[in-house]
Amino acid sequence: MARSLRLTDPARIPANSPGRGIPDVIGRPGPSPFHRLNPLTKATLATTTAVAAVVLGGLVGPSILVGAAVIVPAAMAGVLRRLLVMAAILALPIALSAFLINLFFFPGGETVLLRIGPVAATAEGLGFAMEILARILAISGAITLFYLTTRPADLVVDLERRGVSPRAAFVINASVQTVPAMVERAGQITAAQRARGLDTEGSIWRRVRGIVPIVGPVILGSIAEVEERTMALEARGFSRPGRRTLLWSPGDSSREAVLRWAMVLALAALIVGRMSGAWQ
Amino acid sequence: MTLRLSGVGYRYAGATRPSLLDIDLALPNGSVVGLVGASEAGKTTLCLVASGLAPRVVGGQVRGTISLDDEDVDAWPMHRLSQRIGIGFQNPATQLSQVASTVFEEVAFGPMNLGVDRSDVVDGTWAALGSLGIEDLAGRDPARLSGGQQQLVAMAGLLAMHPEHLVLDEPTAQLDPAGTRLVGAAISQLAADGVSILVTEQKTDLLAAIASSVVVLAEGRIALSGPTDEVLADPRLADLGVAEPAAVRLRRAATSAGVDTARLEAALRD
Repeated sequence: MARSLRLTDPARIPANSPGRGIPDVIGRPGPSPFHRLNPLTKATLATTTAVAAVVLGGLVGPSILVGAAVIVPAAMAGVLRRLLVMAAILALPIALSAFLINLFFFPGGETVLLRIGPVAATAEGLGFAMEILARILAISGAITLFYLTTRPADLVVDLERRGVSPRAAFVINASVQTVPAMVERAGQITAAQRARGLDTEGSIWRRVRGIVPIVGPVILGSIAEVEERTMALEARGFSRPGRRTLLWSPGDSSREAVLRWAMVLALAALIVGRMSGAWQ
Repeated sequence: MTLRLSGVGYRYAGATRPSLLDIDLALPNGSVVGLVGASEAGKTTLCLVASGLAPRVVGGQVRGTISLDDEDVDAWPMHRLSQRIGIGFQNPATQLSQVASTVFEEVAFGPMNLGVDRSDVVDGTWAALGSLGIEDLAGRDPARLSGGQQQLVAMAGLLAMHPEHLVLDEPTAQLDPAGTRLVGAAISQLAADGVSILVTEQKTDLLAAIASSVVVLAEGRIALSGPTDEVLADPRLADLGVAEPAAVRLRRAATSAGVDTARLEAALRD
């Protein structure tokens, strides 16, 4: 079967083509050694830090984790300021509510620090609230550090290289990429609705009323696009079984593999020690 | 290599009546068949059926026979069919994979799915970008392009898969005149290289320039078909909801105004 197609024959690549390799921007190394770690190494660090913070409990363990596995690497990667801002925004709602509830409603709290009407903030509640806060900061910090130093596509390509199914990799990647796309769509719909007289400013009630005509089209529009997007994917061979060709993959080394296993084994030992009661 | 539809009808799942009836259509090597018709005439549905997406992905029921080189493709899975027939839609945003961070990766997405050798993927991707004059976009984020640029990227993604048959549903709907000319030139070049193309278009001027034949659909049936010049000059075209090309309108106006049409024809040819 003749499959030649001269229009797209490599011999007809225009003389001014940047070349036969892939563009430099694809797989460009990150700006710092931490950025350049394999995505799986950074994902392992984030996961083990978050789980270890929960398993360790208390105030000291999670605080050390925040310093050693979040603050220091973030400073090395040059993203400390952005990390602090993003982690604070990410953790603020849950951290604030958890802190206040434990501060004022900790069961068995006896040492009253402050009384506001019928509720009292206790020293025991404050101590427990600080412990919860340390865990939340460790978790949000670890996730934020990973997000700030790893492109989602890099992780997906690396997972695919390791044998994860292309469909699973696509779902992971598309889920991450959908968020900014929906934010952009929401911005466009907001502008369109405001141009038609929708009032999204003023009192809280007005703002709430203004959300409905925006959220509806965003969600319905996304659902309506699913069928056409599915067809476009199918037409491009997405359902073909077997491995895909990869244009590139992030670097990895045996040292990083050892590091990953060390983190996983340390976490496993921590969990076993905690569950067996050998370590409190 | 001929894509042939014989007595094809199609009904969407849950629909009370068919959207296509008795469609006979052949796309031999190197042909460009223009598809026109009023809204809801069945143009997009015919594109879906011809490409195999209906019923494989869309659902519904197909009657009649669709064959490639006289081989019935009824039992072929979509990924096998997609290696022979490419399809492009009018909305560029939904044609992008949403997982590629650069135009290059977006165009390479199809060949990568098909497991094509890496060096062939790279070479084919550059060639597809070059054929539409968009190599400069290779490193750009597809989501940050204009609608017209995205449509060209989507087209390049189809070309990179080296289809033998191409189904294009209003590929220039969001393109400016320069982009439309690029797509028109690419279609003509593909046809010259042996690819058969079914293209739905509202721009009959473009079809007049690139199509070897034109099919007019009305209420799911073929109302008119034949050589491009004859069909696009047919006086029934307007009644079928299709705009006549500017050249046809000009000829008609000239005739009714008593202008020397022989001289006008010569000028139009020039």
